[in-house]
Amino acid sequence: MANTQLTPGVVPGRLAPGDYHDNFSDKTPPLSAHEAAVAADRCYFCHDAPCVTACPTAIDIPLFIREISTGTPTAAARTIFEQNILGGMCARVCPTEQLCEEACVREAAEGRPVEIGRLQRFATDTLMAAGGHPFTRAPATGKRVAVVGAGPAGLACAHRLAMKGHEVQLFDARPKAGGLNEYGIAAYKTVNDYAQAEVAWLMQIGGITIHNGARLGDDLSLEGLRADHDAVFLAIGLGGVNALRTEGEETSHVHDAVDFIAQLRQSDDLSALPIGRSVVVIGGGMTAVDAAVQSKLLGAEKVTMVYRRGRDAMSASEQEQHLAASKGVRIITGAAPLRILGNGAVEAVEFAYTRETDAGLELSEETFKIKADQVFKAIGQTLEGAPQGLTLSGRKIAVTGAGRTSLDGVWAGGDCASGGDDLTVTAVAEGRDAAEDIHATLMQGEGPANG
Amino acid sequence: MADLSCDFVGIKSPNPFWLASAPPTDKEYNVRRAFEAGWGGVVWKTLGEDGPPVVNVNGPRYGAIWGADRRLLGLNNIELITDRPLEVNLREIKSVKRDYPDRAVVVSLMVPCEEEAWKKILPLVEETGADGIELNFGCPHGMSERGMGAAVGQVPEYVEMVTRWCKQNTRMPVIVKLTPNITDIRLSSRAAHRGGADAVSLINTINSITSVDLDLMAPEPTIDGKGTHGGYCGPAVKPIALNMVAEIARDAQTRGLPISGIGGVTTWKDAAEFMALGAGNVQVCTAVMTYGFKIVQEMISGLSAWMDQKGHAQLSDFVGMAVPNVSDWQYLNLNYITKAEIDQDACIKCGRCYAACEDTSHQAIAMGEDRSFTVKDEECVACNLCVDVCPVEGCITMRRLAPGEVDPRTGKVVPAEYGNWTQHPNNPGKTCAAE
Repeated sequence: MANTQLTPGVVPGRLAPGDYHDNFSDKTPPLSAHEAAVAADRCYFCHDAPCVTACPTAIDIPLFIREISTGTPTAAARTIFEQNILGGMCARVCPTEQLCEEACVREAAEGRPVEIGRLQRFATDTLMAAGGHPFTRAPATGKRVAVVGAGPAGLACAHRLAMKGHEVQLFDARPKAGGLNEYGIAAYKTVNDYAQAEVAWLMQIGGITIHNGARLGDDLSLEGLRADHDAVFLAIGLGGVNALRTEGEETSHVHDAVDFIAQLRQSDDLSALPIGRSVVVIGGGMTAVDAAVQSKLLGAEKVTMVYRRGRDAMSASEQEQHLAASKGVRIITGAAPLRILGNGAVEAVEFAYTRETDAGLELSEETFKIKADQVFKAIGQTLEGAPQGLTLSGRKIAVTGAGRTSLDGVWAGGDCASGGDDLTVTAVAEGRDAAEDIHATLMQGEGPANG
Repeated sequence: MADLSCDFVGIKSPNPFWLASAPPTDKEYNVRRAFEAGWGGVVWKTLGEDGPPVVNVNGPRYGAIWGADRRLLGLNNIELITDRPLEVNLREIKSVKRDYPDRAVVVSLMVPCEEEAWKKILPLVEETGADGIELNFGCPHGMSERGMGAAVGQVPEYVEMVTRWCKQNTRMPVIVKLTPNITDIRLSSRAAHRGGADAVSLINTINSITSVDLDLMAPEPTIDGKGTHGGYCGPAVKPIALNMVAEIARDAQTRGLPISGIGGVTTWKDAAEFMALGAGNVQVCTAVMTYGFKIVQEMISGLSAWMDQKGHAQLSDFVGMAVPNVSDWQYLNLNYITKAEIDQDACIKCGRCYAACEDTSHQAIAMGEDRSFTVKDEECVACNLCVDVCPVEGCITMRRLAPGEVDPRTGKVVPAEYGNWTQHPNNPGKTCAAE
């Protein structure tokens, strides 16, 4: 007999075959040309626009929207890509409600901002659908740069360096390029294999060679890369996950949320993915929401997200919280896990309510249990495998200026580097800016810069 | 409740909102529906002389320009006068007037510039029971190439001559519709007045090319790769029409000549503005072509509410009220000194006032670190551009400096008395100009 949402345990195929397609379709469908025209008309073309200031990559938003409204969406896309070569992915995954759209003056005026993210997607989709690549490379400089990590920071850095005429070797430990775009984002945010399509489109610039399955520390050493290249950019992300340090963590069906999300993204058949009837997600960030919502979409009957602090402290945006709630995810805040219960497989998680004190978060005496046959831990990622010799700042690679590390000729950016939010768009900005700095450094004494 | 009933040169209608001679009034079906919707009157689409009717193009007749959200701001047409047989139109006019005796039915006419042609058609119109005629001296496209429409309206002598023929050959009131495609509207209105016109109506449409098809390299609307100038109308032409109405209303030679106001009337407020400048009623076309006949309900309720609020019991209470305030530039009070003021609570910090002032005006707005925008009184010439570009109505206002205050821009004390250019020391001809 086929499984249903009520089947106990962790089993695949809880839903009818058609439900998977519906559940994992585009969360925010693209704007039609007419919708885009109407949306673009709402932009006031502000002076020194607050939306641009709020964008980590400083895309000239009023300009690109004006270009859409005057019937030139490909010119709009070029405006976007000049600042953010992953503008297509950012249009899908940026928390715009915390960035450009929060700053939009129409948010202040009417509580309804210009739909910047969707307009950006309209423009970038139009250009990418038309085929071709809007940029060309400067004459070859003869310089070689190694970029380690083909996530947003690495891709942005590699593209900008290639544009400047440098030869780029792009290394990534995983089988596919894209980093978190490919492995770490909910499927409904980036449908139709968009991350790979974007990488292929970006690579049209030329001058970038991708080496997949090359992991720093195993296959590559920083010393070796420095010896073979004129500069190195590290964008290795946060490969480790924080441990719960809770009794029973080793019980079966207790997973890291990032692994679950990656597995789901790489799955050809979502109905084959096992999911619990009662799922508990521990954490309060975007990863927690992605895991919780996708658990629900795979057919879990009950999904509960538990976060140890208050709702205000959750790093998942309000919109993400609303999305989770709308999909039927229950969110409990102010409770921390005490122990995972179960004999072999998880059966429940026991939590204690917390209270904020001057000394930090304290557990209260009051506890409760949530039934669970699957638990996802989403309490943050951590830097793993940083090469020896690099100064760290906290738990990240220390950088100054445009990503300069403590080692000469070595830059770093994205989630692995200190400073900035752990957002795709921030990683793109850091990769781009590091590329500009690398270029300026490499071309010192080489006559007029050629980019 | 205000009385909206209107008596325009003896033609009575329950409200001052008439449909202009145009496609909406080309046939009985439309006019009956317009009257059912509440329109006070119609000017039936222009009739030509008996015989084979004119033919229209079989491609697009209209071109347009749009504002935000594709709101139609200006429309251009190359349609000719009615292309239906004369006797059909006359029969329908008679039938409609019989069934709607309380509504105004005026018939627009355009026949060749010969007295016999006019003598022939006037009795036929009289026989329908229509309330009056409107002479179409304005149509700027097509018919003007045949010596009619604007070709007559652009020559004051012809305007006077044809008006006189009509007055001599009919008992019906004669309204002369004027073309704006001239240099001075007063010349043609004076001519109509001399010819004995009971009223003038204006404006007819303006010569225009709305856009160019950049693939075909042809003006729009495009007929088989070619285009021609058409007649422009709609909200975009209202300022031109208001000025022309005011010019006639305050001209010594035509003062008191009844005016039917036409040109971009879209809301009750537009109508009230035309009437304040001296129009006894208004005629509407583009607004109904955009939104349908139903808009008259808003025009009636809006005008009525405004009149109640202002204490105007009937239309005559405010018709022409603004005319005495239409002045020549030289008589404007140069001692009226204002400064822009930005309401910080209403401001949404878009910075458009700053961009406009900084880039194109007087660098009189300061932008703070926190995107606060404030007026620099010492630079502000009170040009009002910031008010005009601000997306929030009422956010930026102009504050008048009181007499005795010092204008920080000039360092001079604001005088209490009125002072204009004719009295200004910089005016080399101040003594003559004052006379």
